Amino acid sequence: MSKTTEQVRKSLAKRYRAEKMFKAYGIAAIGFGLLALVLLFTDIIGKGHSAFFESYVQMEITFDRDTLDIMDINDDEELNFANYDGLIRDALRAKFPGIEGRQEKRELYGLVSTGAGYELRDMLMEDRKLLGKTVTLWLLADDDVDVFVKAGSDDRLESRLSENQKTWIETFEAEGKLELQWNKSLFTHGDSREPELAGIWGAVMGSLFTMIVTLLLSFPIGVAAAIYLEEFAPKNKFTDFIEVNINNLAAVPSIIFGLLGLAVIIGLFGMPRSVPLVGGVVLTLMTLPTIIISSRAAIKAVPPSIRQAAMGLGASNMQVVLHHVLPLALPGMLTGAIIGMAQALGETAPLLMIGMVAFIVDVPGGPLDPSTVLPVQIYLWADSPEQSFVALTSAAIMVLLTFLIAMNTLAVFLRKRLERRW
Amino acid sequence: MSVNGARIMDTAQKIDDKTPRNETPASQSEGEQAMDNTTRYPDQTVGNPFVDNAKMRMRDVDVFYGEKQAIHGVSLDIGKNEVVALIGPSGCGKSTFLRCLNRMNDTIDICQVKGNLHLEDQDLYDPKLDVVELRARVGMVFQKPNPFPKSIYDNVAYGPRIHGLANKKYDLDEIVETSLQKAGLWNEVKDRLHSPGTGLSGGQQQRLCIARTIAVSPEVVLMDEPCSALDPIATAKIEELIAELSESYTIAIVTHSMQQAARVSNRTAYFHLGRLVEMNDTETVFTKPEHDLTEAYITGRFG
Repeated sequence: MSKTTEQVRKSLAKRYRAEKMFKAYGIAAIGFGLLALVLLFTDIIGKGHSAFFESYVQMEITFDRDTLDIMDINDDEELNFANYDGLIRDALRAKFPGIEGRQEKRELYGLVSTGAGYELRDMLMEDRKLLGKTVTLWLLADDDVDVFVKAGSDDRLESRLSENQKTWIETFEAEGKLELQWNKSLFTHGDSREPELAGIWGAVMGSLFTMIVTLLLSFPIGVAAAIYLEEFAPKNKFTDFIEVNINNLAAVPSIIFGLLGLAVIIGLFGMPRSVPLVGGVVLTLMTLPTIIISSRAAIKAVPPSIRQAAMGLGASNMQVVLHHVLPLALPGMLTGAIIGMAQALGETAPLLMIGMVAFIVDVPGGPLDPSTVLPVQIYLWADSPEQSFVALTSAAIMVLLTFLIAMNTLAVFLRKRLERRW
Repeated sequence: MSVNGARIMDTAQKIDDKTPRNETPASQSEGEQAMDNTTRYPDQTVGNPFVDNAKMRMRDVDVFYGEKQAIHGVSLDIGKNEVVALIGPSGCGKSTFLRCLNRMNDTIDICQVKGNLHLEDQDLYDPKLDVVELRARVGMVFQKPNPFPKSIYDNVAYGPRIHGLANKKYDLDEIVETSLQKAGLWNEVKDRLHSPGTGLSGGQQQRLCIARTIAVSPEVVLMDEPCSALDPIATAKIEELIAELSESYTIAIVTHSMQQAARVSNRTAYFHLGRLVEMNDTETVFTKPEHDLTEAYITGRFG
């Protein structure tokens, strides 16, 4: 065996060892990442899944004219302010007779959500012939009942419900008149102080309007800036300076943009607080660097041969960009824009500064209505004392993550679909 | 090797003294033993760089990349309907020179061109001249086939479309068909005009690029090593095509293959380190080169 071969064999063993080590490090890193992901998802889904269902109790409700205190069934005004809670109280008292004393009565009435009365109102407004009739209905239970129902037998002992209430609930359960139903209000309502009535729809719409404003502003501005810098701008000190600043901008903490929005957009231009329009502008400032940087990378990746071919045929600079560079760079630009949007969707800090953290019950109808966004809603709920909000918070996180995963999937899909090979 | 060869190398080094050293170091070390020191680099190009019926007339062309001078005072004519081959070792400036002829060098910020360049009576570097107009008259085919990632039809129709050469669909169809026929590609692609041009073979792609260039009806076609990425069969097809095209177009072709230069061109220009050493009828260049550097190159002693 020659000396070289011997030497090579020795070093080979060492090289293989190094390669194996490196692979092991890599697998360990990926394993750690996956483990963290699994933990995150197990925790969130474990806490949040129960929030998608709510407790309902079944009761016989009589639409009694005297209790409701209605004179004219066709008077909407009167119908609107009638005493629907009274109907529920009557039904509860009928079910559990012999309840005396204010304290006990209050405990009994507390079994049903304060929102149940509004459902009765809506039913009666829909079908006025119900007046005077008795119907069997599922009514939304209070959030404390909900927590008690969902808890395991051990946890039930620690419930903050009174012994009376526990007995009543167990009676309902024994009769099969208590069940978990799909949580409609989670996806139709805005925020509420009552967990059983609180929903994320207001925040979803707020996020939607904010994202629309952000997309409409940041995509055209970002792409135009990237094209100009890449294709038309002369290479000099000034453009270098701009480039450095764009990269720096990408690293600015997002709350600074919120302060800027507060000082300039709200303070100087007098725009209203808490509205998606201002939120969108602030998030545009935050997203722009991401879009510009990824768009420039996409433009740079267009092979120079295509540019030369077009120029050799006599295409002007603008034609080269519009006919050749832009179509080829578009998938990359779109991907960058969607990633930027996903970042903006998950952003909380700058929106706190411009007042999108207010308690807003109404679902916003446009970019000028006060609203919050999904991550801020999560923050608000995480801060609330009621036990039911723990599950709701996790449920909202699941919804937000679903949106983010959907957006990233769309980005991957677009890239795969629009990517052209040459 | 021969005494003659050694002389040439010394000349090459003398030229080298005036230009940066990073040009073709390999070629020089190869020829090192083969040169001696009596040949002088000519102040003027030897041979016959000028013709009577010139289509393009270039005088004293200097090209700079920033501080570095890439072309030193090149003067030559390209006659009407003639095929001129530009040969020389790598880095000798032949491609740079070719790219001056339709101002493709404009895209390089640091590149600066001096001298007189005329296409018939038009000064190429007249500030009033729009490069769009010039490039419509002087087309270019590149080293690597570079069809657009569009259909075959759209590739050929692109030039006529942007210049507004055909306003009606059937006019455009006709331009596409005749261009593909001239490029010898029509029979191979007529059934799939709307499939992507990038799906063709390398040789077909290059012919597609030629069709795309002549679809604009240029007067001059510049070819920058059009066959260097192709196999011998595809190369033969392109060479045939060049011969046919020379009937209607003026062609300047840069090539690394001396056989190719000998086969396709009427006149040949030999570049060395940014200077035009010799230009003559192709036959003369390859049988009785007047300059020792030319002889050394074509006999394969360096380059």
